[in-house]
Amino acid sequence: MSKFLEVNNLSISFPTEDGVVKAVDNMSFSLEKGKTLGIVGESGSGKSVTSLAILGLHKGSTAEVSGEILIDGQDINAMAENDVRLLRGKVMSMIFQDALAALHPYYTVGNQIAEAYLVHNKVSKSEAKKRAIEMLDRVGIPEPQKRVDDYPHQFSGGMRQRAMIAMALSCNPSLLIADEPTTALDVTVQAQIIDLLRDLQKEFNTAIILITHDLGVVSETADDILLMYAGKAIEYGTVRDVLQKPQHPYGWGLLTSIPRLTGDPEKSLAAIPGTPPSLISVPSGCAFHPRCSYVKQVGTACSSSIPDLLPVSAGAHHLVRCHLDTAAREEIFRSQVAPKL
Amino acid sequence: MFNYLVRRILSGGVVLGIVSAIVFGIFYILPADPARLSCGKTCSEELILKIRHTLELDQTLPVQYGRYVKGIFVGRTYLKGSPAELKCSAPCLGYSFQTNQPVTQLLKDRLPATASIAFGASILWLLIGLSSGIISALRRGTWVDKLSQGVALGAASLQIYFVGLVLQFIFVNKLAWLPTPGYSSPLHYPLDWAKQMALPWITLAFLLSAIYSRLTRAGMIEIMGEDYVRTARAKGLGNRTIQFKHVLRGAITPIVTVFGLDLGGLLGGAVITEYVFNIPGLGKLSTDAVSNLDLPVITGTVIFSAFFIIVANILVDLLYAALDPKVRIQ
Repeated sequence: MSKFLEVNNLSISFPTEDGVVKAVDNMSFSLEKGKTLGIVGESGSGKSVTSLAILGLHKGSTAEVSGEILIDGQDINAMAENDVRLLRGKVMSMIFQDALAALHPYYTVGNQIAEAYLVHNKVSKSEAKKRAIEMLDRVGIPEPQKRVDDYPHQFSGGMRQRAMIAMALSCNPSLLIADEPTTALDVTVQAQIIDLLRDLQKEFNTAIILITHDLGVVSETADDILLMYAGKAIEYGTVRDVLQKPQHPYGWGLLTSIPRLTGDPEKSLAAIPGTPPSLISVPSGCAFHPRCSYVKQVGTACSSSIPDLLPVSAGAHHLVRCHLDTAAREEIFRSQVAPKL
Repeated sequence: MFNYLVRRILSGGVVLGIVSAIVFGIFYILPADPARLSCGKTCSEELILKIRHTLELDQTLPVQYGRYVKGIFVGRTYLKGSPAELKCSAPCLGYSFQTNQPVTQLLKDRLPATASIAFGASILWLLIGLSSGIISALRRGTWVDKLSQGVALGAASLQIYFVGLVLQFIFVNKLAWLPTPGYSSPLHYPLDWAKQMALPWITLAFLLSAIYSRLTRAGMIEIMGEDYVRTARAKGLGNRTIQFKHVLRGAITPIVTVFGLDLGGLLGGAVITEYVFNIPGLGKLSTDAVSNLDLPVITGTVIFSAFFIIVANILVDLLYAALDPKVRIQ
């Protein structure tokens, strides 16, 4: 029995005037219903591009998408645009980072939710509006009968994101992609939104792909984590494995850069040296090697050959893309990384 | 909303007052004597003095202006008490030096022709401009887009007096498909009216549809990149719904604004078009008045067109509020 979502060897590139941008390179991952996958990475690491591909939203653009995106066994990438369109919103849907920009300023919130419901259900407009009120109520908007006729700018930031969630879930999709759903929100509101997503997931058994660069959010919600760097998956495994026994130097950098309440306020935060690479001219070999502190332990391999994404140990589901061998990684983690956590 | 409207109308009135004062002041400074202009070529000093008195030009500028403004609201009477008493009912804008007709009457006579040009042409340019802009935006980069934008660029760079004369030469003089442009009342002779107006409409629309086409295309393309259009796609909406309900709706607001102002400007006189086709509208009235230094007519037409522009501005703001909920609720 195959999993609900299976992405195999997904590559996405954009031809531009300056050269081909390889936004996503040979990604594979899978997800079951009711589970959450956290995709973590910096801006430009290919997270959003990947999620748009799962909705088939690159169709009709200049992007070149190869590989398989199987949802319930159907390959989204091989389907015609109109067939994918019928699945969007119904089987898989998406919420975005900036809900104010993602909602049409000239239509009421209710109209926009009802619209999503109407495309996929043969119901009357008044039934769709009833559904909109029901969904607004479900995501915790007070007085939904009244607020349904409000415009997006009359909602607060948190309420707008709730309305986006109501819209995305109005047709009970099996897969919800949340692209940085909490980044634009206050911390307290962030927690509410995350709780809401978790409750709804339990209720509807939705599979969620949570795209974020916030490791805290991922650790609370995700079952699996996929760490991306420069368009490639560099570490993939369960939350417990990836956060407690991280194997990639980039992951170590991310974890040690998190400020801690118990830390010394005088000390500056640990940062990963350097800047994310340009996707037009990705560094040779391991894309992370110009910023990696452990290149010396490996030698020239880091800059000359791209490491494979391999299991940490034989048969393990924890995969990592690094030239360091498992023993060396464990030694570095124990002696240099763990004490800083 | 009501308060807002009252405020806008009041401030429009103030602007109109300032415009009229400036125009009035300029003519006072001009080295031309209105009495002499009004008198004609064979004119004695005695007569000039008499006219000066009749026109109340022997008063100070503020008094003259005050009476002028008062005349607009309540009318005025020249040479009160004398046998030659001349009553000019409100709104009184004075008498033309050239024809001795009341300016208000002249404006009333000329408005229908100008309004015919403005409304007829605007329907045409909206239809052509919007549809070609929409098609261009949806087929961006294809030959359809390149052709239509190329034509639009060419059309926008041609002038009315060139296009107008070429069209007149072809359709009136050579092919004789259309009568010489002019104006006849649409109430009595609708067919003649349309035939005579056809060339002015086409000429004006030729230039303006080009501008509207580019405006529409640019607006649509900008909106297509908005996040909310991506959301619409992510919901699974069909292309047509996305393009018309979401994209066009987002792009239409600035177009409506520009349209209102263009229409308001044209109603004050489609100057070049009327001049080229010799149509007796407000534009022709003002160009003729300028070449004859017919000061009351010039002042009247300037105030009248300022009035249209102010009204158009207020209407555009109201429309804007109707179109944009953010403006409406504030």
